[in-house]
Amino acid sequence: MRAIWTVFRKEFLENLRDRRTLTTALLLGPVFGPLMLSGLLQFVAQREQERLDKPLPVAVVHAERAPNLLTYLKGYGVEVTEVKLSDEAAQNAVESRQHRLVLVIPEDFGSRLAEQSPAPVYLYYDAASLDDARSLRRLSSLVSKYGQTIAQLRLAARGVDPGVIAPIVVQGIDVSTPRSRAETVLGMLSYIVMFAMLLGGMYLAIDATAGERERGSLEPLLTTPIARAHIVYGKILASCAFMLISLVLTLSTTALALSYIKLDGAGIAVDFSPSVVLHMIATTAPFIPLGAGLMTLIASFTRSYREAQSWLGIAMLVPTLPLAIASVLGLKPSLATMAIPSLSQHFQLMAALRGETLPLSWMLLSAGVCLLAGFFICWIVSRLYQREAILG
Amino acid sequence: MIEARQLRKSFGAVEAVRDVSFAAPNGRITGLLGPNGAGKSTTLRMLSTILAPQSGAALIDGIDTRTDPLAARRALGVLTHQSGLYPNLTARENILYFAELHGMPRPERLRRADELIEQLDMREFATRRVKGFSQGQRIKTALARALVHGPKNIMLDEPTNGLDVMAVRNLRALLNRLRDSGHCVLFSSHVMQEIAWLCEEVVVIAGGRVLAAGTPDAIRERTGAAHLEDAFVSLIGDAEGML
Repeated sequence: MRAIWTVFRKEFLENLRDRRTLTTALLLGPVFGPLMLSGLLQFVAQREQERLDKPLPVAVVHAERAPNLLTYLKGYGVEVTEVKLSDEAAQNAVESRQHRLVLVIPEDFGSRLAEQSPAPVYLYYDAASLDDARSLRRLSSLVSKYGQTIAQLRLAARGVDPGVIAPIVVQGIDVSTPRSRAETVLGMLSYIVMFAMLLGGMYLAIDATAGERERGSLEPLLTTPIARAHIVYGKILASCAFMLISLVLTLSTTALALSYIKLDGAGIAVDFSPSVVLHMIATTAPFIPLGAGLMTLIASFTRSYREAQSWLGIAMLVPTLPLAIASVLGLKPSLATMAIPSLSQHFQLMAALRGETLPLSWMLLSAGVCLLAGFFICWIVSRLYQREAILG
Repeated sequence: MIEARQLRKSFGAVEAVRDVSFAAPNGRITGLLGPNGAGKSTTLRMLSTILAPQSGAALIDGIDTRTDPLAARRALGVLTHQSGLYPNLTARENILYFAELHGMPRPERLRRADELIEQLDMREFATRRVKGFSQGQRIKTALARALVHGPKNIMLDEPTNGLDVMAVRNLRALLNRLRDSGHCVLFSSHVMQEIAWLCEEVVVIAGGRVLAAGTPDAIRERTGAAHLEDAFVSLIGDAEGML
């Protein structure tokens, strides 16, 4: 046991001094993943905000010429400011951003409407500004809707069914709720956490196996009077430690990043309090020995550092497969799925985000299966180290 | 005392060591001389318990490496072909790591590391990371690491590879010192002059067999050659049909 501790301490210390291990374990996973996630959430939240009807300020020249139109617009959240401006002054006001939108009602608006000939209104806007373009779309669609209402009334007055001028009507029905939209994005958290965790232990797993063999330090190590299995366990433990650090950092930075994003306004509620983070760490950590064992196993079979690196790059995708398959099949948490490592971690992460609690027996099953599988893999690796071929 | 008794080892179809027997006594420097691919490294690896012999036995101070490998390792210090140091640890940390693996208590580890750093004249670079060491500094560090647990038997696999003349001289002085204090020193080389210069006992091996063993003079006499080099060539030539 003391030998395991000795090997663990040395591997841990040595890799703390290795820039490549450090940047992947402490920077790549824990910083870039959460940044990407919170960036996407910020985007979703912003869109939500825009869905809500904001008052739309419009400056109107000669409002008295179209009282009905203005009443209609006010009914749909348009904030009308009556102004007296010449055409030139209206243009200047928009250019100087004094007013975003200026609606000018011409003198003959009422008479043309009464004659039932097209009645123009003039709208000054600045297309260079994206924000105004959105307001413009909203205002012009309101005005044309008003026009359509008049058209329908005119047809009805002539005994024609207003339906004839609307042969096809597209009615989009958005069934997503702000929460479900946010959850699609938050579902990525599982991938981010898995990747960050595996990346954290990857270079150590390579360095301790293929790297040690390539450097020629494995042979002297094997001439020391300790069991080969203990050397292996010490190395895997060091990998586990780095994975745990990555896991804790990733979830903490995610919690920190999300605290800077205003999600409440968009109706998205995400609980990322310290207790939830702790819960997430506790449910994800049982995967660590399995991940570390698998990476060490694969790296032990390779001949060189580079080969190990490319194989592990591919192997890192394996734990994300159950997640992808489950989302395609629409799997829901159940007792059976809790026996699938990485998938059970995903379900538990999502449940924790929603503030739901899964049955304790499910959590125990998930942890138990992961730990057992992990110990089994570690035992296989220790058997592998008994072989003479391990020297390469 | 290091002893090989009819060691045999093959890797698949390749018979690396067919029949190697010799004894390296205490207080002597024994050289294992042979061309590349003669089976020197494989023999040393069996003696250092890293490989298990297919038949025959390897004994360190009478301890069979197969029945009690851990005890054999405690009695043996090994300098492998590549120095195999950890680049991100300092020379001192490399030494201390092995001391700890040998189960030495902390005060003893520190005392022993300082002692070796002093003996091997390593003070200048002892607290520097191994990354960027010269070949000579590496060999010294690896040697200190191999000696840290105070083994009676020392085995070195081609230790002079890549060393300059001064470093080889230093190594010779060090090996002489170990011999004088009663250690058993066994080292392998394919460079004839080195063996002639350093060793009191020579074991010539080629094709996985021992061709001759004894003092350089005895081998010269047996082959009727004026120089050890000629003796070596005539032995190897016979064995491999090279000449």
